[in-house]
Amino acid sequence: MTTADIFLWFAAGLIPLSAMAYLFARKKATTLEEIHGSLHSRPGFYGWYAVVRLASPALIVGFICSMFSMFNLIDIPGSMILGTAFGLGGISLWFALKHIRHDFRARQPVEKAMATLLMLAALISILTTLGIVFSVLFESIRFFNIVSFWDFITGTSWNPDTAFLIGAGRDFGGAKPEFGSVPIFAGTFMITGIAMLVAVPIGLFAAIYMSEYASHTARNRLKPLLEILAGIPTVVYGFFAAITISPLVVQAAAAVGLHADYTNALTPGIIMGIMIIPFISSLSDDVIRAVPQDLRDGSLALGTTHSETIRHIVLPSALPGIVAAFLLGASRAIGETMIVVMAAGLRPNLTANPLEGMTTVTVKIVEALTGDQEFDSAFTLAAFALGLVLLTITLILNIASTIIIRKFRQRYE
Amino acid sequence: MNSITTQQKRLRSRHRSDRRFKYYGMIAIAFALAFLTFFFVDIISKALPAFQQAYVQVSVNYSPSIVKNYNTAIDKNDRKLVSKTFLRTLPRKLKAHPELLNTTQIEWALANHRVDQYLKGHDGHGLKRKDQKYVDELFKEKKIELNFNKGFFTNGDSKLAESAGILAAAIGSIFLLLITMAVAVPIGVMTAIYLEEFAPDNRFTQAIEVNINNLAAIPSILYGLLGLAIFINVMGVPRSSALAGGLTLSLMTLPIIIIATRAALRSIPDNIRDAAYALGASNLQTVWHHVLPLAFPGILTGSIIGLAQAMGETAPLLIVGMMAYIPEAPTGILDATTVLPAQIYTWSSESMRAFEERTAAGIVVLLTVLLLLNAFAVWLRNRSQKTW
Repeated sequence: MTTADIFLWFAAGLIPLSAMAYLFARKKATTLEEIHGSLHSRPGFYGWYAVVRLASPALIVGFICSMFSMFNLIDIPGSMILGTAFGLGGISLWFALKHIRHDFRARQPVEKAMATLLMLAALISILTTLGIVFSVLFESIRFFNIVSFWDFITGTSWNPDTAFLIGAGRDFGGAKPEFGSVPIFAGTFMITGIAMLVAVPIGLFAAIYMSEYASHTARNRLKPLLEILAGIPTVVYGFFAAITISPLVVQAAAAVGLHADYTNALTPGIIMGIMIIPFISSLSDDVIRAVPQDLRDGSLALGTTHSETIRHIVLPSALPGIVAAFLLGASRAIGETMIVVMAAGLRPNLTANPLEGMTTVTVKIVEALTGDQEFDSAFTLAAFALGLVLLTITLILNIASTIIIRKFRQRYE
Repeated sequence: MNSITTQQKRLRSRHRSDRRFKYYGMIAIAFALAFLTFFFVDIISKALPAFQQAYVQVSVNYSPSIVKNYNTAIDKNDRKLVSKTFLRTLPRKLKAHPELLNTTQIEWALANHRVDQYLKGHDGHGLKRKDQKYVDELFKEKKIELNFNKGFFTNGDSKLAESAGILAAAIGSIFLLLITMAVAVPIGVMTAIYLEEFAPDNRFTQAIEVNINNLAAIPSILYGLLGLAIFINVMGVPRSSALAGGLTLSLMTLPIIIIATRAALRSIPDNIRDAAYALGASNLQTVWHHVLPLAFPGILTGSIIGLAQAMGETAPLLIVGMMAYIPEAPTGILDATTVLPAQIYTWSSESMRAFEERTAAGIVVLLTVLLLLNAFAVWLRNRSQKTW
C-alpha cells in the first residue's frame, strides 16, 4: 500500500463512520429526550460529541504514523495503521455512547474540541512561516559548509558551472566554482531602483489626485481601473516586456546612438514599476485620507493654495505612511520573479549601465531549481542561500513598514 | 503701486503652480490608463491571429502501405504543407474505417505552421520561395483556407506549433484551483474565526496576527522553495503533480483569505452577537448560526479574489516542477500537470514564430477568466453590501 492508498482508505473509512456515529448518538439523545424531557444540550451536540470522540484518536494515530513514515523512523505497514486508528476510534466511540445519558452535558466538550480545531488551523500559518524559514535555512547551512559565507557576500564573480560537474562526480580539475553574489544583488537593486523611479512619482501623484482632487464618483471609477494593473499575472507582464517593450527600448536607445541588449535591465524595471503603481497609489491614498481635515482647513484659512497645502501640510504629515508604502513596493519588486525571468538576462553582470543585461536573485533561484541538476550540488543549494537573503531583505522591509505605519496611525488616533 | 503688481504676479505664479500640481496628478493617472490600453490592444492584436488556423485540401490515398509509412498517403507537393499531426492520425483512421482501404478521399487537413504563418503575413514563417507560390495558387483556388482554430481549445501542448492547444493546461489549472480551494478556504476561514471570535488577546494571538501580515508580503517564489523542500523532498509528494502545486498555492493564498474573512467578520455588528448570547446561544452557536451566514458573501468575495490571484501565479509552480513538457491532461492529483500560466511561460520560450501568437492567445484566455472571476467577486460584494 502506498501512502496515497492509506490516505484514501483512511478518509473513506472515517467519513462514513463519523456520519454513522453522529446519527447513532443523536438518535440516542432524542430517545432520551422522549423519556426524560428536554436534555441539557440540543440532540445535535450529542451527535457531534460522538464524532469528536471517534475521530480524534483516529486522527492522532494517523498523524503520528505519517510523521514517523515521513522522517523514515520506522516503517509501519499500512493495514496496521488503519487497524490501530479505527480500533482506538471505535473503543473511544463505545465509551462516548455509554456517556450519553439524560444528565450528560455534551455542548461543553464539543465547543472545546471546536475551539481546539480552530486554534490548530491558526497554527498552520505559523507553521508556514517556520516551514519557509527552515527549508531555506537548512539548505543554506549546507551551502555555507561548501562555500564560505564571506566569499558569498563579497565575491564579485558568479561562476557556478563547475560546481555542477563536481556534484555529478565529473571533476576534471577545471576552474574552481565561484559564488560571489555581489553582481546578482547589483542587478536586483538596479532593476528595483528603476521600478521605484517609475512607480513612486506616478503612484504618488495618482494618489494625491485621487484623494485630494477627484470627485467621489471619479475616484470610485479610477481606483478599480488602476487595480487592474496589479491583477495582471506577472507571467503576462513578462511576455509583454520581452516581446513588446524590449525591442522598443532597443530601438529608442539606437535612435540616440546607444547600444542596448535585448535583455537590458531597463525593460523589466519599467514594467515592474508599472505593476507596483497600484500598491503605492492605494496605500498612499489611504494614508493621505487619514490626515485630519483640520490640518487642511487651518492651512487653507491662512491663504495657501490647494497645492501648497498638499505640499507643505498634507504630504509631510502623511510622510511616514508614504514611506511605508514605498518600502512595501520595493519589497514586492525585489521578490518579483516572472518579469525578470522572462525579460532580464541570465548572466550576472556588475555594471551601472541599465541598457546592459543584468540578472537578479529570483532569476538565479529559478535557473538553479528548474533544471535536472542533482539536488545536492552546490549549484542548487546556492538557490536556497539566495532565497535566505531574499527572505531576510523582504522581512526587514515588511517589518519596517508595519512599524512605521503603526506609529503613523497612533499619531492621528 | 509697484508692490501690488509684484504681489499680483506672485499670486498668479502661485495659482499657475497650483494648476500645474493638479495636472501632474492627472498626467500620472492618464499615463497608467494609457499603458493599460496599450497593453490590452497589443496583447489582443497579437492573439487574434491564433484563433484562426490554416487548413489545406488534399487528396489522401488510403493504400495499405500507409500503415507502415504514413508519408505515402499524400502527394509529395502537398505533404510539405500538411502538418505531421494530420499524417500521424491516418493509420489509426484507416484501422477504424477499413472501408476506406484503397480509396482516395478529398479531405481538409491541418496545414503546418509555416503555411499558417505565411498566410497570416508574419515574418519568419520559414516557408520556401517555391512553396510560397504554390500556397498562393492553392489559396486562390480556395484549397487553402483560414478557419476558426478549434484545436487550440481541444488539444494539449505539442512541439508542433500548429497543433498546440491549451486544454491540458486549462484542466490542470482547474485541478490546482480545486485543491487550493479545498485546502486554503476551510483553513483560512477557521483561522479567521479563531482570531476574531475565539482567541484571547495575548502574545500568542498577536504573534499569529503579525505573522499573517508578514506571510501576505513574502515573495511568492519563497513559497516555491517551501513546496520543494517540504512537500516534495520531505513528504514525498511527486514533483510536477497537481497536489504539490495545489498545496504550495494553498499556503500562498491562505493569508489573503484570512485577511478578507477577518474583515468580513468584523463588519458584522456586535448587536447580532449580543442578541444571540441573550437567547442563551453559546459562542460556537452564535458564530455558526448567525455571524457566519451574514459574513458569507464577504468571505466568498475574498476567497474568489484570493483564488484568482493563485490562478495567475507562476513562480512557485516553476520551482515545484510544473513547467515540463506535459501534453496530456491530468487524470489524477498525482499526475504530472501543467497550468495556464506555466504553459504561457513554456510557449514564450519557444523559438518558433508560430508560438508567439499562441502565447498571446493563451494570455487572452487567462486574462478573460481572471477578469470574469474578479468581476463576479465585485458583483457579489456590491449585491450583498449592507449598511447596518
